[in-house]
Amino acid sequence: MAEQHNSYKIKVWRQANANAKGGFKNYKLDGVSTDMSFLEMIDMLNETLVRKGEDPISFDHDCREGICGACSMYINGHPHGMLEGVTTCQLHMRSFPNNTTITIEPWRAAAFPVIKDLTVNRSAFDRIIQSGGYVSVNTGNARDANEMPIPKEIADEAFEAAACIGCGACVAACKNASAMLFVSAKVSQLALLPQGKAEAQKRAENMVAQMDEEGFGSCTNTGACSAECPKLIGQEHIARLNREYLTAKAGSDFVK
Amino acid sequence: MNWIIRTLTSSVGKKVLMSLTGLFLVTFLIVHLIGNLQLLYPNVLSASEKFNVYAVFMTTFPLIKATSYLLYGSIILHALVALFLTLQNKKARPTAYAVNGNAEKSWASRNMGILGSILLFFIIMHMGQFWFQYHFGGNHPVMEIDGMTYKNLYALVATTFSVWWFSVLYLISMAAVGFHLWHGFQSGFQTLGLNHVKYTSLISLASKGLAVFFIVGFSSMPLAMMAQFGVSNNLDEAATKVMNKSIKEGVEWKMTDWSNLKPDTKWDKIVTTNAE
Ligand code: SF4
Ligand code: FES
Repeated sequence: MAEQHNSYKIKVWRQANANAKGGFKNYKLDGVSTDMSFLEMIDMLNETLVRKGEDPISFDHDCREGICGACSMYINGHPHGMLEGVTTCQLHMRSFPNNTTITIEPWRAAAFPVIKDLTVNRSAFDRIIQSGGYVSVNTGNARDANEMPIPKEIADEAFEAAACIGCGACVAACKNASAMLFVSAKVSQLALLPQGKAEAQKRAENMVAQMDEEGFGSCTNTGACSAECPKLIGQEHIARLNREYLTAKAGSDFVK
Repeated sequence: MNWIIRTLTSSVGKKVLMSLTGLFLVTFLIVHLIGNLQLLYPNVLSASEKFNVYAVFMTTFPLIKATSYLLYGSIILHALVALFLTLQNKKARPTAYAVNGNAEKSWASRNMGILGSILLFFIIMHMGQFWFQYHFGGNHPVMEIDGMTYKNLYALVATTFSVWWFSVLYLISMAAVGFHLWHGFQSGFQTLGLNHVKYTSLISLASKGLAVFFIVGFSSMPLAMMAQFGVSNNLDEAATKVMNKSIKEGVEWKMTDWSNLKPDTKWDKIVTTNAE
C-alpha cells in the first residue's frame, strides 16, 4: 500500500492527575502518514501541542515492538485497537480510514486508576506477580533448559501462556474488569512445567487472593479478554486456573 | 472451617456456586420439561388424568420432595450470589467507556444479569400461579380418577395459558431461559475448570442445543393450550372455556377449596363449592 497522508479527528481523554475530573478533548490532525504507527501519530499530535504551549498527552510506551505491554490505549472501543493480536505500538495508521474520528480512552478499571490522561497505574499486576508468579529457586541458565525432558506439546502450551506481556488489555476489555486471563496465563505457564509445579498450589491460591484484594471483577466467561488479548491467550488457561485454584483449595496443606 | 468460607467467597468460589447451582437448575428444567410434555396429549380427559396424577407424585414422593427443597435453595443462592457478583463487578469498572466494542462471544454472555432478572421475576409469577395455588390455593376445580379426588392442576394450567397476555409473558420468559442457557450452561463447565480440546466444542454445542430445546419445548405448552381451548382475554373467560370443554370431553368436574383438600378423599365425599 502506497503511503498516503490522512486527516483525523482525535478524541482523547484528558485528565490532569489522579484526582482531577477528566473529559474528552478533540484535536484535528492533518498529514498523518499511513506508514506511521499509532504511537507515532500520538507523538506527532503531542509535538503540535507542545508547539502551542499545551500539555502533551501522557501515555505509556516503552519497547514499541509489541513485547513490553506498556502501550495501553483503548481505541474506538477496543484495547490496542480493533486488529486481532496486536499491541497499540504495532497498529498502523493505514488501518484507520481517512477523515474519521478516533476515540482514545485509558484502561477503565477500579484496580487501574488513571494517573494522567491515558496513563493508568498497573502496579496491581506487579503485586499479583509478587504474590506468587515466580519460581523460588534458581532453575539455571538457557542451556539448562534441556536438562529436564519436557514433552513438546506441554512446552508449547507453557510458551503460549508465557507470551502474556502483562499489558492489561484483558482487564480493559472485560465488562467486569476481571484480571482472570492475566492471572491464568501466569499460573498456567508455571503450573505446566516441572520447575513451577512444586509451588503450583500455593501460587494459585495466593495469586487469586491478591487479584481479589486488588478489586478486579469476577470472570463471567464472556471471552472478551481472549478476543482482545494482543498475545491471543485462550480461555483454556482460565479453566486451568480454576482447576488449579479449586484443587489447591481442596487439597493443599496451607489452611488459609 | 474458615478456609471453606474463604474459598467460597473468593471470586472463583462465588463463580463455582453459580456454576453448581446453575447446572443443577438445568437438570431440573430437563425433568420439568419432559414431565410436563404430558400437557400436550390431544385428548383433554387423558391429558388431565395423566398430568394430575403426575402432579400428586411430584409433590408427595419423598425423594422428589427433598430435591425440591434443594431446588428452592439453589434458585435463591444462584440469585443472591449473582446479585453480589454483579454489584462487585460494577464496582470494578466504575467509569464506563464512551465507545464500547463489545468483544464478548455472545449477546447472551453480556446480558446474563438482565436475563436472570427476567427469569427471577418469571419464577415468582410462575410459582404464585401454580405452586402456591396447588398447595395453598382457594376455590379450584377437582376431578375424579378411579373414585378418588384429584386437584385438577391441568385445568388451572389450561386456564392460565389460554389467557393470551399470560402466554406472551411466558413466551418472553422462555426466550430468556434459552438465551440464559446459551451462555450459562457452557460457562458453568468453564468455571469448574472443565475445558478440554475434545469436549469443549461439544459442551458449547450442547449449551445451544439445550437453549433451543427449552425454548421450543416450553413454548409449545401455552401455544398448545391456546390451540386446545381458544384464546381468552381474561382468567374468567378462560376458566369457563376450559370447564365447558373438559366436561364435554368427559372430565368429572367439581369446584372445591384446594387448601382444605385431604389426600385420598373419595369423590363422593367432595362438597362442591360454588363455581366462582
Ligand atoms: S493475558 Fe493478554 S491481554 Fe491480558 S495482560 Fe496478558 S497479554 Fe495482555
Ligand atoms: S510499547 Fe511495548 S508493547 Fe507496545
